[in-house]
Amino acid sequence: MASVQLKQVTKIYDGKVTAIRNADLMIEDREFVVLVGPSGCGKSTLLRMIAGLEEISSGEILIDSKKVNTLPPKDRDIAMVFQNYALYPHMTVFDNMAFGLKLRKFPKNEIRTRVTEAARILDIEQYLDRKPKALSGGQRQRVALGRAIVRKPKVFLFDEPLSNLDAKLRVQMRIEINKLHHKLQTTMIYVTHDQIEAMTMGDKIVILKDGVIQQVDSPLNLYNEPINLFVAGFIGSPAMNFFLGRVEQNGELNFHSKLFNLNLPESLGQKLKDFRDKEVIMGVRPEHIHDISLSSGKSISKPQKIKVDVVEPIGNEIFVYFSDPENNYCLRMAPDILHQAGENIDVAVDLNRVYFFDPRTDKRLA
Amino acid sequence: MSRNPRSLSAKGKVAAHIILMIFTLFAIYPVLQVFSISLRPGDRLLSKSLAIIPEGANLQSYYQLFYEEPFLRWMFNSIVISFFVTIFGVALAATAGYAFSRYRFRGRSASLLGIITTQMFPVTMLLLPLFIMLIKIGLYDSYIGLIVAYSATALPFTIWQMKGYYDTIPYSLEEAAMMDGASPLYTFYRIILPLALPALAITALFSFMAAWSEYLVAAVLIQDRNLFTLPLGLKLFQSNMEVAWGLYSAGAVVVSIPVVLLFIFLSRWLISGLTLGSVKG
Repeated sequence: MASVQLKQVTKIYDGKVTAIRNADLMIEDREFVVLVGPSGCGKSTLLRMIAGLEEISSGEILIDSKKVNTLPPKDRDIAMVFQNYALYPHMTVFDNMAFGLKLRKFPKNEIRTRVTEAARILDIEQYLDRKPKALSGGQRQRVALGRAIVRKPKVFLFDEPLSNLDAKLRVQMRIEINKLHHKLQTTMIYVTHDQIEAMTMGDKIVILKDGVIQQVDSPLNLYNEPINLFVAGFIGSPAMNFFLGRVEQNGELNFHSKLFNLNLPESLGQKLKDFRDKEVIMGVRPEHIHDISLSSGKSISKPQKIKVDVVEPIGNEIFVYFSDPENNYCLRMAPDILHQAGENIDVAVDLNRVYFFDPRTDKRLA
Repeated sequence: MSRNPRSLSAKGKVAAHIILMIFTLFAIYPVLQVFSISLRPGDRLLSKSLAIIPEGANLQSYYQLFYEEPFLRWMFNSIVISFFVTIFGVALAATAGYAFSRYRFRGRSASLLGIITTQMFPVTMLLLPLFIMLIKIGLYDSYIGLIVAYSATALPFTIWQMKGYYDTIPYSLEEAAMMDGASPLYTFYRIILPLALPALAITALFSFMAAWSEYLVAAVLIQDRNLFTLPLGLKLFQSNMEVAWGLYSAGAVVVSIPVVLLFIFLSRWLISGLTLGSVKG
């Protein structure tokens, strides 16, 4: 068990490509931290630097307050689960799991006890004599987890461990890894590009884009209080809708876009005062645009007309897509009414749940 | 476009078997012919009979080969030389190929290209320089000289071949071993080499064959009759006036036995898919 701290960590490949820029991050002992971001954002590079598989160009990485910049992976007391499992194909499951312990010269009895215990936790006891090729994808991933567990490392690293599994198995393994975290009470750092995994697993989520950490926070805080356009658009599925428009004040504070004309509450006036008569981006999550016939409330806007493009009934909810000439938008509604494509409907926006962003800096204004 | 052979119809199966039998005949006819000649009395090369065991068949040629000719000496020489060429070939190709596959160093691409470029030149072109070089370093007319020459000619191909195979082994296996605490050397020995066995088997076979059946280089580099290899020895049966076909054929049959045995021994590793199961799938 240990904390992991990154201080101004930078990774530059071949003196040209910057993969990670000035990353500062504090991961507390026993925390489950998820690094998430789109492909090529540097999340795996960051994890591999913590593992010691990539050199650091500048900055410091501390594990348990000890600088590990030049320490080889084996001396960092960490274990890693790889995306493609990376099991040794010529060894049995038992030998795969025991490999690290044998190298560390553990006594035979201890090795057997630890491997059996890990196999019991992961429910793979009956496969200990098999070779990896005789296992299914999910079982192989369990073996990879087992190989990490037996070492009882200070920190677990996971590099997109579930992305090769099918959807159902992924959900199952997600829950298992969560349970494992509660059971082992060890610091875990988990890389994924799947924001659902990030939201459901992490105590804390680190959002990366182009090698720069955008925001570090709890899942719900990220969802409710994104600090910029990228985070707002990345977290949440379907993604937040963004409407480009202008803020105007003629007695009342108004927002005008191609589709919506909204009368904003006065409370937003102060925050948007520098943006009067200027372009802003308004963000609204799909669940905060309501079918007027189904909702009521003080804070909802006046009815706005939209034309339905596509309707996606999911079962427990319905996604309704609409558009203006430039963009597509989505609203999420209860499955009480099934609208038809081409239908005109009245919707209202929950004015307490709108976000405003500066289109030049992408920073959140209100 | 692979079809499962089990899905063929009965007619298809018959046709497939007939075609396979024809090709098998093509393949084994020369071998049987040589075997047949080795059993014929006298030095008759041609015969009107199609019988594999000819009329008056005897083992005279074999007796002569082992008891009257220094055949065992040649065989010993060939075995020693081929053995060391195989050992060097496998050891050097396995390590060099690994370095080329996994490490990025200055001159890597140039070396890889340089290695394959040497294959452009036929052995006949290299003979003279090789001859002069070996004389100068005092290795002419010696086991070591021939071993060096054979190893050098076989290595370019085997290095490339090993590199190609290592490229297919996922690097994450080595990273996993690194995380488990293995040193690079231990990882190479315990993880990578066992997975590269099919490629090692091919390399071994190729290196062995390069030495076992080679004639031209040996003819130039070896003068001492005591150091003659099998191909050189067999050539002695062909004099200016006549060829001892019986002896020649008996020798050819015996010469092919070690190769066949080696092939059978190595064939268990010549299976693909040894890395199956290590990664996603």
